Amino acid sequence: MNGVHDMGGTHGLGPIAPETDEPLFHHDWEGRVHALVIASPTRANIDAGRHQRELIPGPVYLAMTYYEKWFEALRQLLLSGGYVTDEEMAAARADPAAPKATPRLAPQDVTRGLSRLGSYLRDAPAPAAFAVGERVRARNLHPTGHTRLPRYARGRVGVIERVHGAHVFPDTHAHTGVDDPRWLYLVRFTSRELWGPDADEHDSVSLDLWEPYLERA
Amino acid sequence: MSDDHDHHGQSPPADIALRVKALESIMVEKGLVDPAALDAIVDHFEHKVGPRNGARVVARAWTDPAYRQRLIADAGAAIAELGFGGGQGEHMIAVENTATVHNLVVCTLCSCYPWPVLGLPPVWYKSSAYRSRAVIDPRGVLAEFGTVLAPDVAIRVWDSTAEVRYLVIPERPAGTDGLEEDRLAALVTRNGMIGTARL
Repeated sequence: MNGVHDMGGTHGLGPIAPETDEPLFHHDWEGRVHALVIASPTRANIDAGRHQRELIPGPVYLAMTYYEKWFEALRQLLLSGGYVTDEEMAAARADPAAPKATPRLAPQDVTRGLSRLGSYLRDAPAPAAFAVGERVRARNLHPTGHTRLPRYARGRVGVIERVHGAHVFPDTHAHTGVDDPRWLYLVRFTSRELWGPDADEHDSVSLDLWEPYLERA
Repeated sequence: MSDDHDHHGQSPPADIALRVKALESIMVEKGLVDPAALDAIVDHFEHKVGPRNGARVVARAWTDPAYRQRLIADAGAAIAELGFGGGQGEHMIAVENTATVHNLVVCTLCSCYPWPVLGLPPVWYKSSAYRSRAVIDPRGVLAEFGTVLAPDVAIRVWDSTAEVRYLVIPERPAGTDGLEEDRLAALVTRNGMIGTARL
């Protein structure tokens, strides 16, 4: 979707302003939100989580802090997944009659769970359409659902620099939970191709793009 | 929206701490999460992962040419040799700075970052300001960090749009010949491994 989250190339969003002390969490609740998101049964689909944050209305998204966005998306995913009800949210307590689940992540499994390799690589459904060195154009697509093709690359021509293998395709996975693996490529665009003649002649931007985003140039 | 609000995570709505607490209670009561697991997750990110992991990888690459080759060929396997790996580091690529190439990592769409080697990202990495400008004005972004490159140095920006995560291998500072790996690791900064600083 063409949301405000897709902000590469936008002007006017202020100075970067790094903090001097850079605490990991600024309030205890931020650490709790981080942990809730990681431990929640909804974490099984990282693409659905990202899309839920993109669905936060643009003006609200830009005004929220990072962990406010995480909290809002978690709340929505728990409601839409049927894990928690509106009534429970309003009452701030669980329905005493609700069945009790078993947590996905036990305390003794946390270190192992967080360090386990959860690869996104899958068996390829077909041979790769493109090879290293080939010129490709990012297609001019504007899907209303989740996508990882940024607007600033659409319609631009780049060169395939690596073939990563077939990876879970977020445009499908976010909405259905189905892996739908597609070939993933590292594609390098010159900054002048992306941003015009005023960009530095030496510079480039590389993106990881799935095959359905690309066409031969 | 004030800059403070966006960039420093301060002054959230007064009730958010209570709302988070309420949701945690509901999830615990329903058996969706174990509160001890939540404590362990916070502890993991506060104490077990962080840029010192990445710094060890970089220092090893500086001192061991064979390791450096393995790191460039298959970063995930080389990083696992030092005992690091896992969530948000499943598919790693290491990119080297040289006298003529400087690398800069961003995630314009959200906040993708190599957790096992760098820990959780700083607020500025997740900010709209950095996400919007790193791809269109990398030299301006670097200047804001006090990093000025020679005009003929090429900047390669890496926008983390998939589950591949990028780690910058900075150039080894001059005058560090003979330093042991531990001393070298202490010289490697987090911003050096994102690419907003040179060492």
